[in-house]
Amino acid sequence: MRDSSRAFGDNDSGSNGTISTDSDSINTRPIRFRGGGFKPTSNRWAGFIVFALLIALAEWGTRTGWISPLTLPKPSDVVQTFVELFESGLLFKHVVPSLTRLLMGSLIGVSIGIVVGVAIGLFSHVRSGLVPLVAAIFPIPKIALLPLFVIWFGIDEGSKYALIAFGTFTPTVVATYGAVDNVDRTLIRMGQSFGLSWFSIVRKIVLPGALPGILSGLRISLAIAIILLVAAEMLGAEYGIGAYILEAGSLYDLERLFAGVVILSLLGVCVSFVIGVLERRMLAWRV
Amino acid sequence: MDIRLENISHSYDSVEVMRDLSLTIRSGEIVCIVGPSGCGKSTLLRFIGGLEQPASGRVLQIGVPPEDSLNPLTYVFQDFALLPWRTVEGNISLVLEDHKLSKQRVSEIIDDVLHRTKLADFAKALPKQLSGGMKQRVAIARAMAVNPAVMLMDEPLSALDSQTRELLIDDLVSLWVREPFTAVYVTHNLSEAVRLGHRIVVLSRRPGQIRDIVEIDVPLAERAAGQSAIEAQQNKLWELLRDEARAADSELIDA
Repeated sequence: MRDSSRAFGDNDSGSNGTISTDSDSINTRPIRFRGGGFKPTSNRWAGFIVFALLIALAEWGTRTGWISPLTLPKPSDVVQTFVELFESGLLFKHVVPSLTRLLMGSLIGVSIGIVVGVAIGLFSHVRSGLVPLVAAIFPIPKIALLPLFVIWFGIDEGSKYALIAFGTFTPTVVATYGAVDNVDRTLIRMGQSFGLSWFSIVRKIVLPGALPGILSGLRISLAIAIILLVAAEMLGAEYGIGAYILEAGSLYDLERLFAGVVILSLLGVCVSFVIGVLERRMLAWRV
Repeated sequence: MDIRLENISHSYDSVEVMRDLSLTIRSGEIVCIVGPSGCGKSTLLRFIGGLEQPASGRVLQIGVPPEDSLNPLTYVFQDFALLPWRTVEGNISLVLEDHKLSKQRVSEIIDDVLHRTKLADFAKALPKQLSGGMKQRVAIARAMAVNPAVMLMDEPLSALDSQTRELLIDDLVSLWVREPFTAVYVTHNLSEAVRLGHRIVVLSRRPGQIRDIVEIDVPLAERAAGQSAIEAQQNKLWELLRDEARAADSELIDA
């Protein structure tokens, strides 16, 4: 170290042979650190603080009259409405049917979607046959088909399940066959080289390997399911969060509207949390 | 069980990668295959194990594999190919599960191979917790679990640092000394070849042909890095390979 730095000093200053290599010299300084940043870390409280600030801002604005009550309801009134909703027992009357629809619809859509997605990933014929079809139905706004669903599946729960199932199906298919495509080929080659049966390779190598991709697809599918829930409850639903919001909207009852929206948001946060737990449990093997 | 390669030729699209290659692998010996990069070493190994088919020529199995061999031709891969979601134990049981063995037999086999590869303490560990050398030991244990007639090793130590490589060479030697196995060992590392090979097959650059076969008489257990006889063999191999390697290095890759 000493020797090499002296050699450098000799080189670039030529005649000046008295360059010191001690740490107190003006030519000696620590190397500037430039490797920081680009490394997002999670801060649990930052999210809460952003929420709290926005709500506080809305509360302050509505109280001082800076925001007119027509534009935004007072957050404390929304909380009040929410408490009333809870105390009257109406909350569960709305939430339970909605949750049932969400659960049934996405269960049907996601399970068919995973089966079809795996089939597309495994069989060339299925892939050539179905990928264009999936690409064709993916961009259709499913809400536009609602009248059709009512005729096909009736005005009762059937059409609501169908709408949510249809909406979750396509993103699940796309995520699943992408995940199957991404399974490490060397692992499949390994399975073949050990003489594993086709079924074993699919069950023990392909499916677990595709699980991370399927779960991240599930996040998107379930968010879409919540969006479609409101659409599904537009038609002939007496109870349900969607029905509650639509009723409040048509009466221009902003407090109730917002209380409903908050429920949907909370639902979204819960779903995301559950998937997070699933990921941590099932994908603990990931590096 | 011996393996015989007869007049193997192969090409990918218009690129001829192998021309009229014949070779016999005798039971109980380790045959190392060395050659410049792109000479078809790994392709040759895939032919032997039936993962790929040559355009012409045949790969023959002479004699029958031992009765208790579950998978006569078994690979050890360069990148280990362990299932990251299975423990060390689980990775080994994966290759036994399709064979209708009793639970007790499976755990006996797993215990045995884990002891032979000094992995007994790591049975419940996940691959992500293991170092590269440990991962390759697991892969070797997995290969031994099916009691192969011929082990097909595709640059098994190339992903490891040189110190770990030394350790694993010693392990492989002691495994062989205790219970001789048959292996085809593809490598680009000449020092590995002279330490592990009873015979070393030197391939030419593309299209791959056998340039020479070097036999080393020193028993495996008596070889060591830096030994003069071994060093001399390594230099001889390098003399054979240098021009091929240089020519291969300056070729355009169009395959």
